Amino acid sequence: MSDINALKTELSTEIEAATDLAALDEVRVSVLGKKGRITALMKTLGRMDPEERKTTGQALNVLKDEIAALIKRQESALKKQAMDVRLASETLDISLPPRPERKGHVHPISQTIEEMVTIFASMGFSVAEGPDIEDDWHNFTALNFPPGHPAREMQDTFFLPDDESEQGERAKKLLRTHTSSVQIRNMTEIAKTGAPPIKTICFGRTYRSDYDMTHTPMFHQMECLFIDKDVTMAHLKGCLTDFVRTFFALDDLPVRFRPSFFPFVEPGAEVDIGYVKNKDGSIKLGKAPEGQEQKWMEILGSGMVHPNVLKNCGIDPEEYQGFAFGCGIERIAMLKYGIPDLRTFFDCDVRWLAHYGFSSIDRPNAATGQ
Amino acid sequence: MKFTLDWLKAHLDTDASLEEICDKLTAIGLEIEGVEDRAATYAPFKVAYVESAEKHPDADKLKVCQVKTADHGTLQIVCGAPNAKAGMKVIFAPNGSYIPGLDITLKKAEIRGVESNGMMVSEKEMLLSDEHKGIIEVDEKHEIGTPMAEIYGLVDPVIEINLTPNRADCAGVYGIARDLAAAGMGTLKPVHYHPLGGTYKSSIGVKIEDEGCVHFVGREIKNIKNGPSPDWMQALLKAVGLRPINALVDITNFINLDHARPLHVYDADKINGDIVAKSAQGGEDLDALNDKSYTLLEGSLVITDSNGVIGLAGIVGGTSTSSELETTNIFLECAYFEPSRIARTGRDLGVNSDARYRFERGVDPEFTRPAMDLFTHLVFEICGTPDTKVSEVVEAGAPIEWRREINYDPSYFENLIGFEVEAHTQKTILHSLGFTIADSGKGWVINPPSWRGDVEGKADITEEIARIIGLDALPAVSVRADDATTKGAETLILSRVRAARAALTSRGLDECVSWSFTGENQARAFGCNDNALTALSLKNPISNEMNVMRPSALPLLIEAATRNSARGFAGAALCEIGPVFKGVKPEDQVSVASGIRAGAAFGRHWADKDATRSVDLYDAKADALAALEAAGAPAANAQVRTGAAEYFHPGRSGVIALGKTIIAQFGELHPAVLEELNVKFPVVGFEVFLENIPAAKKKSVAKPMLTLEPLQPLTKDFAFIVDESREAIDVLRAAMAADKKLISGGNIFDIYQGKGVDEGKKSVAIALTLQPRGESLTDKDIEALIKSVSDIVEKKCGGVLRG
Repeated sequence: MSDINALKTELSTEIEAATDLAALDEVRVSVLGKKGRITALMKTLGRMDPEERKTTGQALNVLKDEIAALIKRQESALKKQAMDVRLASETLDISLPPRPERKGHVHPISQTIEEMVTIFASMGFSVAEGPDIEDDWHNFTALNFPPGHPAREMQDTFFLPDDESEQGERAKKLLRTHTSSVQIRNMTEIAKTGAPPIKTICFGRTYRSDYDMTHTPMFHQMECLFIDKDVTMAHLKGCLTDFVRTFFALDDLPVRFRPSFFPFVEPGAEVDIGYVKNKDGSIKLGKAPEGQEQKWMEILGSGMVHPNVLKNCGIDPEEYQGFAFGCGIERIAMLKYGIPDLRTFFDCDVRWLAHYGFSSIDRPNAATGQ
Repeated sequence: MKFTLDWLKAHLDTDASLEEICDKLTAIGLEIEGVEDRAATYAPFKVAYVESAEKHPDADKLKVCQVKTADHGTLQIVCGAPNAKAGMKVIFAPNGSYIPGLDITLKKAEIRGVESNGMMVSEKEMLLSDEHKGIIEVDEKHEIGTPMAEIYGLVDPVIEINLTPNRADCAGVYGIARDLAAAGMGTLKPVHYHPLGGTYKSSIGVKIEDEGCVHFVGREIKNIKNGPSPDWMQALLKAVGLRPINALVDITNFINLDHARPLHVYDADKINGDIVAKSAQGGEDLDALNDKSYTLLEGSLVITDSNGVIGLAGIVGGTSTSSELETTNIFLECAYFEPSRIARTGRDLGVNSDARYRFERGVDPEFTRPAMDLFTHLVFEICGTPDTKVSEVVEAGAPIEWRREINYDPSYFENLIGFEVEAHTQKTILHSLGFTIADSGKGWVINPPSWRGDVEGKADITEEIARIIGLDALPAVSVRADDATTKGAETLILSRVRAARAALTSRGLDECVSWSFTGENQARAFGCNDNALTALSLKNPISNEMNVMRPSALPLLIEAATRNSARGFAGAALCEIGPVFKGVKPEDQVSVASGIRAGAAFGRHWADKDATRSVDLYDAKADALAALEAAGAPAANAQVRTGAAEYFHPGRSGVIALGKTIIAQFGELHPAVLEELNVKFPVVGFEVFLENIPAAKKKSVAKPMLTLEPLQPLTKDFAFIVDESREAIDVLRAAMAADKKLISGGNIFDIYQGKGVDEGKKSVAIALTLQPRGESLTDKDIEALIKSVSDIVEKKCGGVLRG
């Protein structure tokens, strides 16, 4: 037994002395290989008497396992050492920029439109569409702007040459001055094949011949229309209030209705939202805190659809009624996102787009509410 | 529409404050545009006394004055006004005050080395007139410290309302007072005008020869003495921005603003024969009272005498018959003109006036005689002499039929507006606005008053009641609960627009919104033919660069890239998803997802030596395919072939098509087009035609069952020598057709020409993915596949397998 103990001490020393994997393997072969020292001792067991064979055999087996474990441990240690050496030499400059990728941006007008569709979809509205190049009938007459009426002159209209394949007011081509013309197409279409309820929103490019600090010849509007048998002005107020509060994410945003005039509604109202003026002259939308003046800004026009407009679209105003409202998309985008200058929307300046634009993965949805 | 508080109070007996009145005006639909509290604006400016005025030591034209003020003691002021002198009384503006005419706030200053505190102001600096020859000298009777506002009658605040076109009745102060009285802001004072009979027959008659003039009354007044109008009238006119002229003209202007009733006064001695309202023949010239000359158009409504045109009816009079200071005999015109005719004449000739503003909105047809009597009274009062005499009224035509009946049920208010207002309250409001109501047993029959031509139906009646009660009473009822939709809210096109936007911006393009119009050259270069160009040209464009509806968004994006490049941001990658126009009909407008990439693909990069390569058609092709796929097009099944529009490079562009339908095009822009647009860098672009994508056939959104093969796929590479004109995709397509079941994918990974490949040939290297199904592939299977691939490629493309 003392031989075995001596061998164990000897082998342990040898294993520890092996400083690389090849040396360690040599030790392993010289101990546990076919001609290895423990293997050789094992072979002597056959010549022993059974009693001795039993005790020596057991001791040898224990030795064999211990040595194998030692080798394995040393092997791990050596491998780790080798890995450490390798890693120590493998360094890259982490400060270098990664390979380039372009980041695109969604235009604030698109973002705002997607937000509005999301909000109105949650109220049961769906989208209606109409062309940018309109005719006098859809843009004015059907909307209760009589020919020659001064209300027509409130809107500086771009005109195109007459469409010779059409007659009268439908031949007079122009660029739509508001998205209200889509109402006419929408209601006429539905009246042809069915009947209200009509619960739609539309949006798009609109045009007026005006170009200065606060006007561009092209801009965007959105419009909302709800026609049924018992839609009242109170529904208009409810729908609008829900919309502006969701859009601006302000639960207590004050909303004020003021009587006003648009030829295609009766009664008509302009809608103001509340804000306060900060000391530095900037503004903050919302309810004025105690002691501060509640200020109001006009944000959109609205009203109950004029009976003449319903009639013009083939809908019986004695049976159906409803509301419509519309607003400038740039205006509410400017308010919400703090964009100071209307004209910059159409300049395609990449610095502006990167600053005021939105990420392609940050698309509005019902969960974000806007 | 501007008026002053005192003017309003001449008609409205009220204790309400300015603020209450303004809030109420906005609440009843007469929106406040602004209130100029002139007493506050002019509060800092007070009378001061110039004790001495010495020449400035370093400037000939400047004087150094010692000025005694009420609040600041005696101050030294450097003044450049030629009339500054010792002993005069002036208006002094202290440091810290805002000078409206200069738009500056005064600070202590040093002028050529001499300290100066505040200033002595001119009328122009105080926005009182254009007078700027010298500083204001006030009468010495005014004490030092007297506020300037008192001397100039500026204590009366000026209110401006934004009058909507339907409210012609409130284009006069009296009408505004009537509305306020109805809304509980006080009591309307009655207007006293007694009909005045004439004492002789007018020497001038009136005739109507065009139905655009409906009613014409007139009267001659003799032996008056014209002169300046009284101070009170001048102050009111000045306060609202009108220049006093002489008593006769001022009286007509005053009645126009007070009662929304335009009148015109002629010098009777300058009129020849009778006055006739008729159509212009066209070509006549008129020198008008607004200092402009007009050449009339055929059909313009005019006033004539036997010498010709003497005025544009209802818009502006002519100088040949105007009343001057010397005028002693006058003829007054008080007519009712058809609003649309006035609007047309005014618009055609481009002339605006206070009279046109009111006539085209519709004046009160019953106020012709009262207006004439009001005028006559004022003329008597202001210009009367012991010999003044008034003719009988001359008249042609008759008032328009303005009376109408509106059937109305008081319960309709709640049905339309959404809250209840008791019938008697409704009745009270309508009465106070001048409506008359008869109870028919089945509801009310309402007659609107003569001044409310805008009230036509029962919805208008609810508006009158709602606005007087105030819309603050309106409850808000949510429409959220109703009709929640189970379908998507988007249209098919809108879904495609949104998806294409997400795809393109995620590929690094910045989304732009550019004008729908472009210039003629750009339109031509991008496929607009002569016919389309004519149809799509604006008749009244903003400029020649914005006069045609765009046939493509590409020229606008390319110009945007040029602008960005000029700002130092080269290499723009821009997209726009928006309308383009082929004609003027609704179906000629299509939604196109367009984009461009310009210059270098990326900036220089340490790890990518190829980063600064020029953009090429494959960038544009990738963009187009990404947009197509996002928009739901079966892009994998589409054919790519030549045939893009002529604004692309003929050899470096293509279309993506499904059968005959082109769903996209892409490529390098044609060098000639870039030259036309003066572009100095490479540009590639694409257009995806969103309407052309077929709607998905399948209704169901459920996807087919997925079966996963347990066996691993393997890849086999081939290289074929083909003619260099052969499209590489043909080789891949042919190879993949060799065994459609086994070959699950393929890729072109190398194109080679050069050493080892004959002239006119190229090597196309492809990798096919083989997916064993059920059992592993044997060497024999693979050999068979290689043979069938090389056979089919040889047969279809003349390709020879490279050794």
